[in-house]
Amino acid sequence: MMILTVAGKKKNYPERLTLPALIEQEAVENPDYVTVTINDAFVERGDFAQTILKDGDTVEFLYFMGGGTV
Amino acid sequence: MKINISKRDYNTMLMHCRSGLPNESCGLLAGSVSGEMKTVQKIYLLTNTDHSPEHFSMDPKEQLAAVKDARANGFVLIGNFHSHPASPSRPSEEDKRLAYDPSIDYLILSLQERDNPVLRAFGIDTDKNVTVHEVHFI
Repeated sequence: MMILTVAGKKKNYPERLTLPALIEQEAVENPDYVTVTINDAFVERGDFAQTILKDGDTVEFLYFMGGGTV
Repeated sequence: MKINISKRDYNTMLMHCRSGLPNESCGLLAGSVSGEMKTVQKIYLLTNTDHSPEHFSMDPKEQLAAVKDARANGFVLIGNFHSHPASPSRPSEEDKRLAYDPSIDYLILSLQERDNPVLRAFGIDTDKNVTVHEVHFI
């Protein structure tokens, strides 16, 4: 097991957890529109599948926030 | 659902949105939730990276900094806001389409009438149903 800090909360997770697996495990709503940072670095969406989390990583999920008048 | 905002925070929001004209302005609201009541305790003024009078996108780096600061202060993210420089205070189709977080309030400050700004709050669920939330100035 390893410890990650996800959205400010420390929890145990299985070793070699991928980022998509974490997103699924955390039941993130509208995951296609979530930006992810690991240790304050933004992860490119195309890199999600290859991203394997490490013990001690800090992960944040940020929803895209935008809109318009149309 | 009701959202409480201090007159001071409202004025901060208003000044930010007025200073951003003719473009839309935006920001985040952090605070506390108690039952059906949210209370704004800190307002974050963010950059509209679209620099447009008809669109806004929040700067993700500023968004991250705000989320971390809010958490450090014991607050939760309770809403966001943006201005409508020339249209009423109601979610546009684009606002609804791009509302991805059903847990937060979406506040819209209309500056259509420059001397009569109108702030309203909305909930937008995953099916894009819009609910009007009461804004209470404290």
